[in-house]
Amino acid sequence: MESKKVLELFGIEKIYANGVAANKEINIAFEKNEIHAIVGENGAGKTTLMKMIFGLEEPTKGKILLNGEEISFKSPLDAAQMGIGMVHQHFMLVPSFTVLENILLGREPANAGILKLQKERENIEALCREYQFELNLDDRVENLNVGNKQKVEILKVLYQKADIIILDEPTAVLTPQETEKLFQQLILLKGMGKTIIFISHKLNEVKQISDRITVLRKGRVISTHITAEVEAEQISELMIGRRVTYSYEDLRQKTSGEAVLSVEHMTYRNKDGKEALKDIDFKVKAGEIVGVVGVEGNGQTELVDALFGYKRITSGSILLNGTDISKMNIKSRRRLGLSYIPEDRMVQGSAADGNIRENVISSFYSAPEISGRVFMKNQSVQKVTDELIERFDILCNGAESKISSLSGGNIQKVVFARESYMSGKLMIAEQPTRGVDVGSASLIHKALLKLRNEGTAILMFSADLSEAQAVCDKILVLYSGEIAAELYEPGRITEKEIGLYMLGLKHQDKKASGGNEDER
Amino acid sequence: MNNIISHIFNVEFIGVILRLSTPLLFAAMGNVVSDRAGVTNIGMEGSMTLAAFSGVAISAYSGSAWLGAAGAVAVSILFSCFLGYLNLYLKTNIIMAGIALNTFAASFTVFLLYMLTGQKANSAALASKQLPGIRIPVIDKIPVLNEILSGHNVLVYVSLLSIAAVYFLLNRTRLGMHIRAVGENETAASSVGIRTKRVKMAALGISGLISGLGGVYMSMGYLSMFSNGMIAGRGWIGIAASAMGRAKVIPTTISAFLFGIFDSVSNEMQLGNISAELIMTLPYFAVMAGMIIYSVKRTKKEQKNA
Repeated sequence: MESKKVLELFGIEKIYANGVAANKEINIAFEKNEIHAIVGENGAGKTTLMKMIFGLEEPTKGKILLNGEEISFKSPLDAAQMGIGMVHQHFMLVPSFTVLENILLGREPANAGILKLQKERENIEALCREYQFELNLDDRVENLNVGNKQKVEILKVLYQKADIIILDEPTAVLTPQETEKLFQQLILLKGMGKTIIFISHKLNEVKQISDRITVLRKGRVISTHITAEVEAEQISELMIGRRVTYSYEDLRQKTSGEAVLSVEHMTYRNKDGKEALKDIDFKVKAGEIVGVVGVEGNGQTELVDALFGYKRITSGSILLNGTDISKMNIKSRRRLGLSYIPEDRMVQGSAADGNIRENVISSFYSAPEISGRVFMKNQSVQKVTDELIERFDILCNGAESKISSLSGGNIQKVVFARESYMSGKLMIAEQPTRGVDVGSASLIHKALLKLRNEGTAILMFSADLSEAQAVCDKILVLYSGEIAAELYEPGRITEKEIGLYMLGLKHQDKKASGGNEDER
Repeated sequence: MNNIISHIFNVEFIGVILRLSTPLLFAAMGNVVSDRAGVTNIGMEGSMTLAAFSGVAISAYSGSAWLGAAGAVAVSILFSCFLGYLNLYLKTNIIMAGIALNTFAASFTVFLLYMLTGQKANSAALASKQLPGIRIPVIDKIPVLNEILSGHNVLVYVSLLSIAAVYFLLNRTRLGMHIRAVGENETAASSVGIRTKRVKMAALGISGLISGLGGVYMSMGYLSMFSNGMIAGRGWIGIAASAMGRAKVIPTTISAFLFGIFDSVSNEMQLGNISAELIMTLPYFAVMAGMIIYSVKRTKKEQKNA
């Protein structure tokens, strides 16, 4: 076969100024007439890689060949001129402009500064016919649905005469029907000689649409396969790889209590009208840690927001010890015994410029033991702070230390100390060990288990499967806004099996999981 | 009281409204341009004050009203672009930069006035020029209409033309399209190669040009001298009018005229026996009331849409 390689990457390496290596040893060749999927977990380096191809970042090392010639892009405009176009996950469209205006923006035909947009109308209409886009060029983009907005983006790229089109998680915002249409369109584009780079972590989609798959893990290319020759399971194993394992079986005391949190038929529709959570049903009992896992973007964020009170659910109910909290504000929810360890400890979890004392009381500053009618009871505040610093082994120069002077693990301990101080009924812990070292992670795991043994119900969201397996009594797998599986004794289940649920390749029957519950 | 009512329901009163709405219209149109690019020209009050003073000073020394007006507009453009430079390139908070520039303009004009005339209150001692009035050929012959529409200062007509000019700029020119794109989705605009800072600077410059004409009108049309504090919040009212009109040309024009009507009514009512100071607060009160009503409406609408 003759060489139809269009874009080749050789030994690409990207190390950011802060020393983080986002990509290493990247070697990929993209061919003409192919849909090439790039898969990998969050943080595997997909986005950085695409940014380098599209000129948003410059590689630290290595070379990029376009049609056999070495190139280097200073900006996305360079890339666009060379025929590389990108359809961003967040659309780059001006809402009040028409389809026509959006496509022409930046290269609008004009005569002495006065617009002559209609000149190009026919060309764009021809383009629409050629690639079978059914769009009315005079519709305002703000009135289009998400699928059509995406078409405008693709059309924009085609109008710029791109031969290589990068699509970043294009199906994340689409309904299944829209996804189907997009795929037909992509196959059509492929047939007309375009190269399509399809970034995704939805394996079944990748399997359906792509010709070849490249797997990234920890910034490196693990392997490239011809799609027809591999099973989705193999790919998922390659994506996940091996992880650090934890074991805490000896710390787990038998405690079985009443249901503290019962979520019943909860549905949440986001502002685009998409059901981000569909008919969610589960319970968390006192003295139980329930883990929620899933590929990012499958409803975890929405679930946290709904439970904690950032967002109002569309229907269903959230019962905390029998009280429906779904319409309460965050303060009332907290008063009923809900505590929360947010995913981003610097933004939501703590005030970086505040000191430990201020941060540690910030969720219960109005509690009678530390607050009088007007003034704070400073001695009590100090006592509580010192006690927490000691109990959680927070490395610092006393209660006055600024949060920003602490290490990530210690900041997380401050957040944890605060959230566990008011003996809560239910704790929501979102990625409690993300980005902390193994030692601190282990300490936080043990603290979680201690709370559990004392009878707190804990709902833990984790992107780290081995952590979820080691710590949790039960794991819920979210896939596209639904609970795909409810798995008991997760330590006995293989990661591979959980992965199948996470990627939507397997789905538990709702009734079957209910039956499982009864057996216990 | 009857006296006042007869003053208000009078053909001449429409002419008064036109004259008093002119500076507000200039300020409002100036703000439409900058607001659409996503930067509020918060230094508008200052640029109008400087323009009012510069027009008087330059015309007095050059002997030409037109030269005075041109110089004043140039000063206003530079002043607005300086705000842009502080905000866009030096990353100053635009509100802080605006406060600094506005207070600077207010006191610096008084300083220069004192240097030139030895007076702090007004420029009566300077032989400054006034821009001419215009009689419109055909309308001048029609009985009632000639009283309303004809014989105003040239800038009154320019302010009406500026409505069409701004509309044309925003909707029919490449720069206007870029201004709107930058204001609505800056990342989208820069992703197609539009230099967003330059576009914002251009918008601020145009905003300075239009609002500068408002300043010139005050000292070389409406009155024939500069006096301390003569802009009297008209720049701010222009910002409010543009906010109420969501920076759209027609609604903003309506808002500006609305404030102009209140200004005129308060002007006429000062002849009555109600305390003049109280009456003079009317236009500002109208602005506040207008902003509140508008904000409440918009919030409700947004909640409905959400």
